[in-house]
Amino acid sequence: MENNILDLLLFPEFILSVGAIAILLIGLFTTKKTFSSTSNLSVILLIVVGIIIYINKNISFAYFNTFFKESSFILFFQILVVIGSIASIIISSNYYKDIKLLRFEIPVLILFSTLGMLVLIGSNNLMSMYLGIELQSLALYVLAAIRRDSLQSAESGIKFFVLGALSSGILLYGCSLIYGFTGSTNFNDIFTSISSLDNLNLGIIFGLVFILVGLAFKVSAVPFHMWTPDVYEGAPTAVTAFFAIVPKVSAVALIYRFCLEPFGDFYKEWSQIIIFLSIGSMFLGSIAAIAQTSIKRLLAYSSIGHIGYILIGLASTNAAGIKGAVIYVLIYVLMNIAIFTIILSLKIKDNYVEKINDLSGLSKDKPVFSICIAITMLSMAGIPPFAGFFGKFYIFIAALEAELFYLAILGVLFSVVSAFYYLRIIKIMYFDDLKIPNYQTNISSKASLILFFSILTITMFIFYPSLIINIGSDISIEFFNN
Amino acid sequence: MKSPRIYNRIHPTGNMFLYSFSFYLFSTIAVLSALMVISAKNSVHSVLFLILSFVNSSALFVLLGAEFLAMILVVVYVGAVAVLFLFVVMMLDINFIKLREGFLQYLPFGVLLGAVLLLELSMIFFSNRLSKVTLVEFSTKPIFSDFENTKDLGNVLYTEYFYLFQLSGLILLVAMIGSIVLTLRDRSGVKKQIIYDQVNVDTVNYIEKKKVKLREGTNV
Repeated sequence: MENNILDLLLFPEFILSVGAIAILLIGLFTTKKTFSSTSNLSVILLIVVGIIIYINKNISFAYFNTFFKESSFILFFQILVVIGSIASIIISSNYYKDIKLLRFEIPVLILFSTLGMLVLIGSNNLMSMYLGIELQSLALYVLAAIRRDSLQSAESGIKFFVLGALSSGILLYGCSLIYGFTGSTNFNDIFTSISSLDNLNLGIIFGLVFILVGLAFKVSAVPFHMWTPDVYEGAPTAVTAFFAIVPKVSAVALIYRFCLEPFGDFYKEWSQIIIFLSIGSMFLGSIAAIAQTSIKRLLAYSSIGHIGYILIGLASTNAAGIKGAVIYVLIYVLMNIAIFTIILSLKIKDNYVEKINDLSGLSKDKPVFSICIAITMLSMAGIPPFAGFFGKFYIFIAALEAELFYLAILGVLFSVVSAFYYLRIIKIMYFDDLKIPNYQTNISSKASLILFFSILTITMFIFYPSLIINIGSDISIEFFNN
Repeated sequence: MKSPRIYNRIHPTGNMFLYSFSFYLFSTIAVLSALMVISAKNSVHSVLFLILSFVNSSALFVLLGAEFLAMILVVVYVGAVAVLFLFVVMMLDINFIKLREGFLQYLPFGVLLGAVLLLELSMIFFSNRLSKVTLVEFSTKPIFSDFENTKDLGNVLYTEYFYLFQLSGLILLVAMIGSIVLTLRDRSGVKKQIIYDQVNVDTVNYIEKKKVKLREGTNV
């Protein structure tokens, strides 16, 4: 059998790991401009990896299905993760230079974390799933605590590490239970060995619940969300941007694949859990964010709320749900890129904006920035002309198709409640008095290009919705045909 | 469940006595030293007893024919964890007497936990007797080969599980990078030895000849 080098299994992952190690060595042995050279190299490496992932899409790994898998769903999420990582490296480089946190390990850790996410999105086995999760989260723990001189950063790192290790332990226990009762760790084999059963036995249900708890922790769905606001607030803002944009995507992809692939026939067993997580997240995301004064905490609660909406697509277990989730996740990533680019570049009196009140009267000083924030906030709230509306729209359609009417109604209600705090930011920017007249901006040309593209996509989505919606429906059709 | 080699080696020759004797010997020492771990007054002693307990459990693994687990237990637990404990106990000045002060206060809670565990264990015991449902109902039973299990593990670890093996290596690399990033700091005022400069020292630049006048001396 002839093999092209590009056809090798995990070729993108291989390139990424070797490249990350090479960049680590380059960072170690260069003395001048270490940070900017390593972060530029990381961006180039990630672009190459993204292209290779796309080229590799049509290869079937029938023999290797034991550990990894390829499908258009996986391909989409992997490319989205790579794009998110590229964006978060670019938008944060100016911030790191400004606060003099020029450690070349940051882009390297982001690369390793991205590698872990690629692995876990493509995993087809409990073992590769666990290793992917560990590789991803270990790099994230270090990133959260990277600012050593700050007490808050260290606290958030410790908190994230302890809770993350706990959730990994629970997940691993679930894996062992499922292995014990099905005799396999491979997703396909688990599917075949439980397909003969009428009802799942107690051991498998325990394992399923434990793994779902672990994954819910990683996506920060409600009863397991406690770490999110603290970690978002404590970590340096650029790291928070990475946390908000990328790891959620991979965890969402995994929770979808884990529920629908091995346990697709037993959706009755897990759909209640997912519905509970979803309602809880939407509720807390809309209520708890109202009282926040810090922008980062507000965005943390907002991301919890978004996860609630994304989980509706899983709870409805139909093709429309997958389509809605694909569209929603894409738009979620774009909105987060936009808002974090702005937060990472807006300063008052040599400090970056942290509090919501810091934005008061921003429209009089920086009209372009405030219109970008306003568009992003309206989109997050799901107000019609912007992209966020369509994300919620397709998710609710999926819920209605699955006859989960109450879930759709609750979703709309919580979405109205959450509109309050999104609109409050717009009100503060446009109708409050300008307190501090000297806002400064610190935005690189690349970052402003990214901001421009994300805002453009959010606003122009209504004119060309078919571009993204077609991707979504193709993926969902393929997902349910296999 | 008879295949492990070492068990076979002892068993078919009819030397059951040696097998049970060593089992009871090692397990008694293991249990007793585990008891000593929690009851010893001196914390260094209790760590040493912990090591003894680990070594005995690894001997039990050898008896089962699981020599790889035995080696791992010695290397990881005795070699790394217990020595780490020993370092912590000896380096940090922790007052263990004070730690035990609330013992009576927490006793009822501990007894409750123990009772619950005991109840659960007995439930498992009796329900198994009643319903005969076993855990590995659907599992493909492990295939015992004639090799040592170290060899078996090595055979699959570097072939079938190669990617996962590499991934775990990357995880360890990230752990290493992380611990260095979070702890290494550039301290100012540290006198470092620069070997290059030391080797390049020249007599012309560093040694100065001075004429010293009698009874007057010179300024250095």
